[in-house]
Amino acid sequence: MQKQAIFQSKLLPYALVAPQLAIVLIFFYWPAVQAVIQSFLLQDAFGLSTSFVWFENYLELFKEPAYFAAIARTFAFSFAIAVSSLSFALLLAVMADRPLRGSTLYRTLLIWPYAVAPPVVGVLWVFMLHPSLGVLSRYLRAMGVDWNPLLDGNQAAALIILAAAWKQISYNFLFFLAGLQSIPKSVIEAAAIDGARPMRRFWTVIFPLLSPTIFFLLVINIVYAFFDTFGIIDTMTRGGPGKATETLVYKVYTDGLLGGNLGSSAAQSVILMVIVIVLTGIQFRFVERKVTY
Amino acid sequence: MVEEEGFQRYLAHIILWIGIAIVAFPVYLAIVASTQDNAVIANGQMSLLPGGHFFETYYQTLFVGTSGSTREPVLNMMLNSLIMALLIAVGKIAISIISAYAIVYFRFPFRMAIFWTIFITLMLPVEVRIYPTYKIVADLHLLDSYAGLSLPLIASATATLLFRQFFMTVPDELLEASRIDGAGPFRFFWDTLLPLSRTNMAALFVILFILGWNQYLWPLLITTRDDMQTIQVGIRKMITTTDALTEWPVVMATALLAMLPPVFVVVVMQKLFVRGLVETEK
Repeated sequence: MQKQAIFQSKLLPYALVAPQLAIVLIFFYWPAVQAVIQSFLLQDAFGLSTSFVWFENYLELFKEPAYFAAIARTFAFSFAIAVSSLSFALLLAVMADRPLRGSTLYRTLLIWPYAVAPPVVGVLWVFMLHPSLGVLSRYLRAMGVDWNPLLDGNQAAALIILAAAWKQISYNFLFFLAGLQSIPKSVIEAAAIDGARPMRRFWTVIFPLLSPTIFFLLVINIVYAFFDTFGIIDTMTRGGPGKATETLVYKVYTDGLLGGNLGSSAAQSVILMVIVIVLTGIQFRFVERKVTY
Repeated sequence: MVEEEGFQRYLAHIILWIGIAIVAFPVYLAIVASTQDNAVIANGQMSLLPGGHFFETYYQTLFVGTSGSTREPVLNMMLNSLIMALLIAVGKIAISIISAYAIVYFRFPFRMAIFWTIFITLMLPVEVRIYPTYKIVADLHLLDSYAGLSLPLIASATATLLFRQFFMTVPDELLEASRIDGAGPFRFFWDTLLPLSRTNMAALFVILFILGWNQYLWPLLITTRDDMQTIQVGIRKMITTTDALTEWPVVMATALLAMLPPVFVVVVMQKLFVRGLVETEK
């Protein structure tokens, strides 16, 4: 697509793109290239000498069972966060997608958590489920659960997943509601005339028509779980206990900045970049055909 | 109209209210905790009803900070967050709108190459390039500065794409008309295009402000001075000290203050927010 009516100027367009181009080159491409170069280098413990080691950093990484564990953990987290948040949001959106009294109020009361920052989400949930002073922990203990996410890795993981899914409900709810409202009412009426009960109408008519929205949200939620959970993890568990809640992004952070292993951290960054490129690619490839809002 | 029985309608209301309660509960708890005495909370004896320490806690939080050695008034952190969020939102809109203008309304060598160069940055979130970006910002002596906090987050492919798409829908006749009136590229941009883009800019601003205010990893890395902390970083440091010393009422008050501006924006400018969210698709 091109405009027919345009301005003629030799220098002005370059001046107009210059600020953005400068920032992109300095803060995006240069660091990305640096990360790739760094990932082929090995630095000694004192940072005095550096040598070019080809793919050694990558090979080291793949020899490390902890790295595979982090990959598996990140995918498991993403999947759990996406599924729990999507199903809860879908339930609420289906309930809200009908001429109810107060539907705008419902929407307002459900979308605000979008604006809560991940570290704040972490703080809120850690307080609620703190082993010694958390209000909900009291009830868990009364029910006979030995609740201590500071020591139990599975419980810590559950805590992260719950908190991360909680934050994402509002985003999913909004897009589900938009998706539901774009389904023509006549289709649903036709199914009703054919005698389909609400549950059946949902699974055979609404759900399939909603699948582009579901797919789009699935990708968005996975990207969210990969990257935006950093703040939640950092305030709640710092990757612990042990490494029970260390995701890929968290590992880049701890290995590079705290552990001083720059080569390995850079190699991990490059692998993350590849993952983002693949996810973005999937998103564009399939989301192009998605429903219009 | 699909007929609905009364029962189902009630069920929908009930499920929605349960959902709202689940979503709101952690925040309710924070409100309650911020008005109670720390000793009671630390004992695990917290009541589920508000206590009487509201003014005390919020005064301490805003103007004094925690009692620890790294005390920093939260008001100052909020100011840092506000400056960073505004710089990011305004900066992104400003540089994106002029670059989109160049790409749509001019023909020049490397036009598409430049467009793709900007576009590909979608795939490079700050998390995947943290260490090298940190190094560049350090080399430029921008650590602990507002420029360092905002510049690396300012380039935005989404905003450029959005403005490009919008400009493509602007009828060519407008340009021809203003050209007949003797307008050059600056006049056309300022008098015609900018007023037309107002709603788009506002919707984008709402989203970018929220994203900017909520930044965490980047400010965490590049601020070392306590007086440059943003509120998101500050709150994390408050619970870094050993558990027994955490001042929970202050932490909860800070959490609430940290979510107040963005939640306010979402609730009050709901139409713009939804529009911005759907258009930028994150």
